[in-house]
Amino acid sequence: MLSAIGANSIEDLFAHLPAEVRLNRPLDIAPGKSEYEIVDYFKARGEENANGYASFLGAGVYHHYRPVLVDTVVSRGEFLTSYTPYQAEIAQGTLTTIFEFQTMICQLTGMEVANASMYDGSTAVPEAAMMAMRITGRDRIVVARTVHPEYREVLATYAQHQGMPVAECGYRRDAGTLDEDDLEKRVDEETAAVIIQSPNFFGIVEDVRRAAEIAHRRGALLIVVFAEAVSLGLLEPPREADIVAGELQSFAISPAYGGPFAGIIATKEKFMRQMPGRIVGETKDSRGNRAFCLTLATREQHIRREKATSNICTNQALIALMATVFMTVYGKEGLRELAEQNLAKAHYLAGKVPLRFSGPFFNEFVASTNGRAPDQVNDGLLKKKIIGGLALGRFYPELENAMLLCATEMSRREKMDAVAEAFQG
Amino acid sequence: MYPANFHYTKEHEWVRVEGDVGVVGITDHAQNQLGDIVYVDLPKTGTRVEQGKTLGSVESVKAVSDIYSPVSGEVVEVNDTLATAPEKLNEDPHGEAWLVKIKLSAPGEIQQLLSAEDYQNYVAAEESKH
Amino acid sequence: MIRKVRPHINQNEPLLFERSSPGKRGYQLPALDVPAVDAAAVLGGRNTRAEIEGFPEVSEVEAIRHFTRLSTHNYAIDLGLYPLGSCTMKYNPRVNEQVARIEGLAWAHPYQPESLSQGILEVMGALEKMLAEITGMDAVTLQPAAGAHGEFTGILLIRALLESRGNPRKKLLIPDSAHGTNPATATTAGYAVENIKSNARGMVDVEELAKSVTEDVAALMITNPNTLGVFEENITRIAEILHAKGAMVYMDGANMNALVGIARPGDFGVDVMHLNLHKTFSTPHGGGGPGSGPVAVKGPLAPFLPTPRLQRVGSRWTWNYDLAQSIGRVRAFYGNIGMHIRALAYILAHGGDGLRNATKDAVLNANYIRTLIEPYYDLPHKAPTMHECVFSDDRQSKRGVRTGDIAKRLIDYGFHPYTVSFPLIVHGALMIEPTETESKDELDLFIDAMISIAQEVEENPEVVLKAPHDTRTSRVDEVTAARKPVVRWKPESTSGKAAD
Repeated sequence: MLSAIGANSIEDLFAHLPAEVRLNRPLDIAPGKSEYEIVDYFKARGEENANGYASFLGAGVYHHYRPVLVDTVVSRGEFLTSYTPYQAEIAQGTLTTIFEFQTMICQLTGMEVANASMYDGSTAVPEAAMMAMRITGRDRIVVARTVHPEYREVLATYAQHQGMPVAECGYRRDAGTLDEDDLEKRVDEETAAVIIQSPNFFGIVEDVRRAAEIAHRRGALLIVVFAEAVSLGLLEPPREADIVAGELQSFAISPAYGGPFAGIIATKEKFMRQMPGRIVGETKDSRGNRAFCLTLATREQHIRREKATSNICTNQALIALMATVFMTVYGKEGLRELAEQNLAKAHYLAGKVPLRFSGPFFNEFVASTNGRAPDQVNDGLLKKKIIGGLALGRFYPELENAMLLCATEMSRREKMDAVAEAFQG
Repeated sequence: MYPANFHYTKEHEWVRVEGDVGVVGITDHAQNQLGDIVYVDLPKTGTRVEQGKTLGSVESVKAVSDIYSPVSGEVVEVNDTLATAPEKLNEDPHGEAWLVKIKLSAPGEIQQLLSAEDYQNYVAAEESKH
Repeated sequence: MIRKVRPHINQNEPLLFERSSPGKRGYQLPALDVPAVDAAAVLGGRNTRAEIEGFPEVSEVEAIRHFTRLSTHNYAIDLGLYPLGSCTMKYNPRVNEQVARIEGLAWAHPYQPESLSQGILEVMGALEKMLAEITGMDAVTLQPAAGAHGEFTGILLIRALLESRGNPRKKLLIPDSAHGTNPATATTAGYAVENIKSNARGMVDVEELAKSVTEDVAALMITNPNTLGVFEENITRIAEILHAKGAMVYMDGANMNALVGIARPGDFGVDVMHLNLHKTFSTPHGGGGPGSGPVAVKGPLAPFLPTPRLQRVGSRWTWNYDLAQSIGRVRAFYGNIGMHIRALAYILAHGGDGLRNATKDAVLNANYIRTLIEPYYDLPHKAPTMHECVFSDDRQSKRGVRTGDIAKRLIDYGFHPYTVSFPLIVHGALMIEPTETESKDELDLFIDAMISIAQEVEENPEVVLKAPHDTRTSRVDEVTAARKPVVRWKPESTSGKAAD
């Protein structure tokens, strides 16, 4: 190869690099390891983490069973080792699954169009807010304090340089739902969008219709966020929303200490051209067969550059495929049955601990620790290899003696009984 | 090719004056450069536009081009058929596929635009650069 | 002659919704060990849905056949050379997939106690340290989810630092050869964009740049090697010009595969950069993600890094949320950890020397392709090639054949096309990046294919213009897709064509 190039050594190929940019020593990284050593290293790291614990943590990341088929499909090299399907003729596999994904997201959310995925739920929120700014020509955002606190932090990071003032709307201290009177006061003719989450961070189902009515009366859009996608197996979809921004981690995506997950944005057809991210569309090939391709690319950064709807390029295609396989395996009946099991488990556990809020909840809820610090309850549980709930004080100082507990189809009755017992102890 | 009663810009728009209204479109050269046009983004009726400022955009599958208004004034009519049939811009850019009608606020601006002959020469010079 | 492929049968597959029939199921849930609950009673009748209208109902066998058949409609690295320039389509080692699925790592909850998360934090800490060593920078955040997200983070860091010095400034300078994400990022971070023209050698014109660097400029966003695969030889001078005016240098690390072990951005004046773990560090592209876009910075920018920061206190890892100057969070939790695990596995497998050798092989492969196809294709910029080379369709376009047509014809030869029509500064660009993954045999097949296509253009351009011929899907009508967007399946829209 070198003789074909006309070089004496590979080093010659770097000879044009100025001396002052060259690294004149080896990298300070240990010599390469064998496959066996690598597996061993990571197994040891896994052992240092919580192993074999039952967990009642939710708060945006849920322990749901991952059907075996999910990894079987995403391990196929044809899906795993391909890239963004720019060349439609040899990417129909990926394109078709994305089209199915978009369709199922529409069916789940009650929206008319969905994109091919965003990084995650938290970044889908500011992207949805910026989309609402473009649509309405307004710049103010009102977000409910019952939206995931970390999603709101991400929104704040994006908003500060967009000239996008963000106001927060409080929640009802009895019900745990957003305070509609406060919302009425905060929404005005400059509001681009109202952002609510349902089920909200406390696990409680919000009144989407009422929020939509308040937003729409002032010409603002309603953005509905979801973090627990399984809830959509049972809950009425947020049809009154203008934009839905969600997180699909619940659909067979490993918790993986917080990522990679996959977010989505879905909306009405009339707002499609303001949507960020990749979109797959149906068309035909030159022989007249149905085919799919990336479409409406002119919204995107590689064409519109500084005027693009977003700077997003790579998304979460393989993770979206996991969600697609999950939705396929469970299907119409399965997702409902799964949601019903989650509901039943959470209500079983909730029946045995003091509830902080009275609003209707899906698979997580806030429990009062009766004047004790949540850590006190949790420390006792850890000894029994149970990870308890999330102490809420770090996000809501007024809830320092409360924790967010989540139960899913994977929560066993005897473990839930142990949690209930710890509350009494 | 280029109607003699139109006035042209170097950004490849045309305007035809009907009384105090200018009918605005893009030239055959422009549509040809863009290829298959898939979407046209136009302002709403009532929008005030300025000569040389962005009026909207036209899109092909892999490109977006801004349309610059050849005249100043208020948009009084928008060609709605382009919303559902953008291909008309490829088929009849100087006729059926006009973009907007603008009530002229400074009719004198027309004098700064190119004649058909000047525009034709300009396009020919552009093409010979490639 | 087409030596690499011959057609084989692969199966049609309808959409899930067309495959579906009522009552079929592919799952089995365990029996409920607690009392069932009436959903309408506890949630309220108007909050519950009757059913998910249109959702698929298929058996497990139908599901696996569906996705397996569809997978055979894809090209992939596992099938051969995938020379998409700037995307660095290298082999994705399977051991990385296995270790990312180890239970203690894959099932770690981001809110579980730190005392029960030391293993995963050690992985992140080790990766941060190695990426700092590879880039020559002082601190690394793993939080950004992808390259463009890393750009956004990096530019916010620059803004925060400049703001702390009294003036965030107004604009970013971006070379005309840059990825589209750069200008899009600038807007998202609230900056105006000024384009910088490249010179005839395809590099930033230093004199022109100097004129543009004013007190209004916050930073230059530069890709090095740039998108022509050319190393910006004046990079240290460029950095001096920016620094002299109090501006910063942001480096898009998309092309870091050309530098690892050879040169470090931290040593040539870069203040902040992102890496694409799915490019240089072999995490799978997955049909378009997930990626991961760590950001590496020099010391003065470190106080502004996203919340929280991983830190070592005594013998424990812990998250520090007490960061007064931080730009805040750019995403929930801590990043795409699954990708961090894979990238660390890649680095451990290679070691320092192995990483350097990978870089050398990647540059060797690109130069080999450049040399052998240069007689047949126009090479507009003659500067030395690093990890990728960019040709133009100048000669072929005289026969009416464009870069997009040559790309489609490559498919018939059994290859994924190169990157088409990018960078924008080359008219009709063919951007080819082989990576270190490829053997001489595979490269020779590709070179033969490129030469053969060049000959076809001369002798029979029609065969190129109508390509691909042998794929199950022929040229796709993207115009109709964009004019009349159909972006979800509807029962009425596709009835009667269930056989695809």
